[in-house]
Amino acid sequence: MKSGEVVNKRIHIIVGHYGSGKTEFAINYAIKLKESYDKVMIADLDIVNPYFRTNDVKDMLEKEGISVLASQYAGSNVDIPALPANIHSLFDDKNAAVVLDVGGDEDGAVVLGRFKQQIEAEGYEMLFVVNTFRPLTNDCDSILQVLGEVEDASRLKVTGIINNSNLQHLTKTDDVIKGQREIEIAAKKHGVAVSYISGLPEVLDGLDEKAKEKAFPIKRYLDLGYEF
Amino acid sequence: MAEKVLVKGNEALAEAAILSGCRHYFGYPITPQTEIAAYMAKRMPKVGGVFLQAESELAAANMVFGAAGAGARALTSSSSPGISLKAEALSYIAGCDLPCVVVNIVRAGPGLGGIQPAQSDYYQATKGHGHGDYQMIVLAPSSVQEIIHLTADAFDLADLYRMPVMIMGDGMLGQMMEPVEFDLGERRKLPEKDWATTGTDMKRKHNIINSLIMNPDDLEACVRARYERYEQIKATEARAEEYMITAYGTTARIVKNAIVELRKKGIKVGLVRPITLWPFPEATYKKYADKVSAILSVEMSMGQMVDDVRLAVNDKVPVHFYGRTGGNIPYPDEIIKAMEEIAGGDK
Repeated sequence: MKSGEVVNKRIHIIVGHYGSGKTEFAINYAIKLKESYDKVMIADLDIVNPYFRTNDVKDMLEKEGISVLASQYAGSNVDIPALPANIHSLFDDKNAAVVLDVGGDEDGAVVLGRFKQQIEAEGYEMLFVVNTFRPLTNDCDSILQVLGEVEDASRLKVTGIINNSNLQHLTKTDDVIKGQREIEIAAKKHGVAVSYISGLPEVLDGLDEKAKEKAFPIKRYLDLGYEF
Repeated sequence: MAEKVLVKGNEALAEAAILSGCRHYFGYPITPQTEIAAYMAKRMPKVGGVFLQAESELAAANMVFGAAGAGARALTSSSSPGISLKAEALSYIAGCDLPCVVVNIVRAGPGLGGIQPAQSDYYQATKGHGHGDYQMIVLAPSSVQEIIHLTADAFDLADLYRMPVMIMGDGMLGQMMEPVEFDLGERRKLPEKDWATTGTDMKRKHNIINSLIMNPDDLEACVRARYERYEQIKATEARAEEYMITAYGTTARIVKNAIVELRKKGIKVGLVRPITLWPFPEATYKKYADKVSAILSVEMSMGQMVDDVRLAVNDKVPVHFYGRTGGNIPYPDEIIKAMEEIAGGDK
């Protein structure tokens, strides 16, 4: 797979450990898909955390021509784990590319189980986002444990892993490479590929040519609210 | 040096508690601190500890009461409404002179309030939670790294002084993700827990843990002894960073940015950041009372710590207040404007 190319499946599911960077990746992925699809929809299916979610950047995404589906409570501070009422519209328009931004861990992935049949009928890619600097996914075993729990809860299979290893503003290229080593072992054991290496462009610039083939440079869209 | 990892404030607190030897966590979920419970649920079984989601906040705090009585390092955590529910047990724990750590990741109130950050539980934390004459040490970290150090110190302080210690953060600090090192910093020398109810083996007299003292003179003597210990804590433990805007927790971080801008504008201003809210670092304020022409207390509340600042400086210098509440955050430009108005008024 070449840098920046996205898989030829309509349904793209982004899962992973809590705080691994799923939402930021999902937003960037939806924007990338818009280059190849007329119609792109992103669904905020996070039932785990009321903060830092796709719905926070709804206006920006809509300006990009991307439809955002979110629970009516998202962003309202009503702390209710609810799904978008119009969630079935994701499966109606067969020409639209769909990105599902799922909540963290198995707790978040459980929402997918209900749509297993519709998702499987159409085919899908399910990308598991990993940041090896998160203590509960810092090595092959712990990555595979969370991955297994997510697969069990979602009743779907992870088709690729995203290396999103970072220490926020302190990230160096070496940190990404260090993460890549661990994630490659996990991916091999699980029989899937590392689909992308995501990170800020200036960090990914330092990767070697082979690793650069998987580079997926991202822009930070979420306002964390605490970076004054 | 420990390796850097990327963690949320809540997760940092949980891991630091485990590294400090805490093997007993009892809690009940509430936003914005649920990550503490979620992390403990995953980690405690792996380190041979106990994670238990109780049927209520009060039950969780009473489980901490029991574990603390048996000499264990025990932790409970919640956010504002949940701390109100724990209050009864906190009073009993203090009345029995038991060490434990209680975390309040404050959200906006009163009542159910909202889920955005606030500091409106300052009165509750420093002046009263449960009933009776007692205090808790209250620590106020302002970064994820400082959470790690202060969590470790909270357990030490609790054991050293045999009293509950509260770590008071706000929703922003709990949810904030920062690269940190799990370095607990310097630890204290602690006494043996020869008072704990760990079984006598028929070799010693029973240890009795009790807060029911029916004779008024006996109860007064017990409370007075406790307050003598509080005086010692006030003399040795009160900490603050020194600089004329005063703020704690994440608000202090925002103030720091405002100060950089104010200094560029030629307003000579510094920060006093209390790290302990109880004991309140009065001496630091007293020291500056003669040197500054005004103090501005910035808080995520309608003005609570400002009362302690006024008491500390005892009318030697005017004390102003700027705050936001309801889950809103005071932004640097608002703080700059408030300080400029005060500085302008002095000219």
